[in-house]
Amino acid sequence: MTEIEVKGLTFSYDGCRRALSDVSFAVKEAETVGLIGENGAGKSTLLKILVGLLPDHQGEAFVGGLRVEKRNWRQIREKTGYVFQDSESQLFLSTVYEDVAFGPRNYGYDEQEVERRVREALEQVHIETLRDRQIYRMSGGQKKLASIAAVLSLRPKILLLDEPSGALDPRNRRNLIQVINGLEGTKLIASHDLDLILDTCERTILLFDGKVIRDGDTQTILSDEELLTAYGLELPLSKSRSR
Amino acid sequence: MDRLQRAIDTLHEVDREAERRGAQSSLHPLARLLVCILFTLTVVSFSRYELSGLLGMSLYLIVTGIWEDISFFKGVYRLRYLFAAVLLLGLANLFYDRRVMFYLGGLAVTGGMYSMVSLWCKGILTVYAAYFLLLTTGIERLCMALLRLGLPEGMATALLLTYRYLIVLFKEAQRMIQAYALRAPRQRGIHVRAWGSFAGLLLLRSMDRAQEVYDSMLLRGYGGAPAYEGKRDGSRVLCSVCYLLFWLCAFFFLRFVPVFHLVGNLLL
Repeated sequence: MTEIEVKGLTFSYDGCRRALSDVSFAVKEAETVGLIGENGAGKSTLLKILVGLLPDHQGEAFVGGLRVEKRNWRQIREKTGYVFQDSESQLFLSTVYEDVAFGPRNYGYDEQEVERRVREALEQVHIETLRDRQIYRMSGGQKKLASIAAVLSLRPKILLLDEPSGALDPRNRRNLIQVINGLEGTKLIASHDLDLILDTCERTILLFDGKVIRDGDTQTILSDEELLTAYGLELPLSKSRSR
Repeated sequence: MDRLQRAIDTLHEVDREAERRGAQSSLHPLARLLVCILFTLTVVSFSRYELSGLLGMSLYLIVTGIWEDISFFKGVYRLRYLFAAVLLLGLANLFYDRRVMFYLGGLAVTGGMYSMVSLWCKGILTVYAAYFLLLTTGIERLCMALLRLGLPEGMATALLLTYRYLIVLFKEAQRMIQAYALRAPRQRGIHVRAWGSFAGLLLLRSMDRAQEVYDSMLLRGYGGAPAYEGKRDGSRVLCSVCYLLFWLCAFFFLRFVPVFHLVGNLLL
């Protein structure tokens, strides 16, 4: 079953320069797909369109079988978890528990269910011990995991992650890769951390200037130095070391 | 630690205290809100020469403070700027009402002095009552109670987001001030010439951040109104009704019986 489908998607912020231009692809259930491209290629824009944060787009987009349009936003957002590039923007309550519980409470679950969902979400990203920690006192890596937990507490079928490894040190990055690989469901990961994509995604879509340049097997795309260089990227460190 | 960081810490601390008290409370937020409104109306209803009656109203704050384990001194520290503004109230009375009311030792106490102190008391009591309400209820539950009271959804949301925006604004201001200070180490504060662009940029940056925070709320099911009231059960409703009735009677009593005056007469 197709979980995400995009057909001829076009979007511009100011009506002039196109951030996305005729983008089409589909992601199957339980598939993990990487979206790569240099800064400004349109990765974040694409993810935001899928959850209805950028409504004025042309073309069609379907998430979980629902067309991305205003009347479906609530249902789409209930089954789709979006992890922001900047965790600071995503976490706005004082403690980890409160923030992770924010989503389930908004969907009207009773306090017992909220408690259960928070506990499970924190266990999934291995931060049970941070439950009562004040968010503003946590490190960047801890905040990133807390922001993933905040999304997981809604038990989404689809996960959209925007630059998940940004500003993480190597140890936190490795931990994050393990967490992502341990998560079930369909995942679309936008990143220019090609090593992370290599470690987590079986399929990769290369975007450049708002257009899909290549869509295929991650190993094949991330081994093609000529292709990557032509579109402003470099071979992943692990690939360049092995040469 | 700079002042902005202290302000951010204080806001987080207030949030945390409110969450702890609100989650454990056996009272409905609406009952607390109604009592606070009744208290404010009662305080405001005293004339400017009824100081002893006003002092009696402080019993509500004393009882609530002890019951909820709220530190009065911490409150004075947190609200110091607000209290400083309150102290400016009624200064004009000193000049307009010079009628001598009584002598305290050798000092002639005029009507202006008396009414000024009375205004100070009113200000301090109502500010403290609002602070106690926030500390015992929390901003989400408070907005929920306001909705129950008939406040339009848009206004309750605006109140909630304004409160959240404060933290975002302080954080952005802190970042910008730090960046400025690192590149202008000899400059104390921000140069006057940079104030305009600094304020504009701060507004734009904090609006961008606030938009992201709002997006994050929307994506996690926020539907335009606070969703959390806490536990619901019969005993809680009963407790809340009793609490409301108790304070209603107490305020009525304190409004018409000058407790402090009577106690003073008994002692003297």
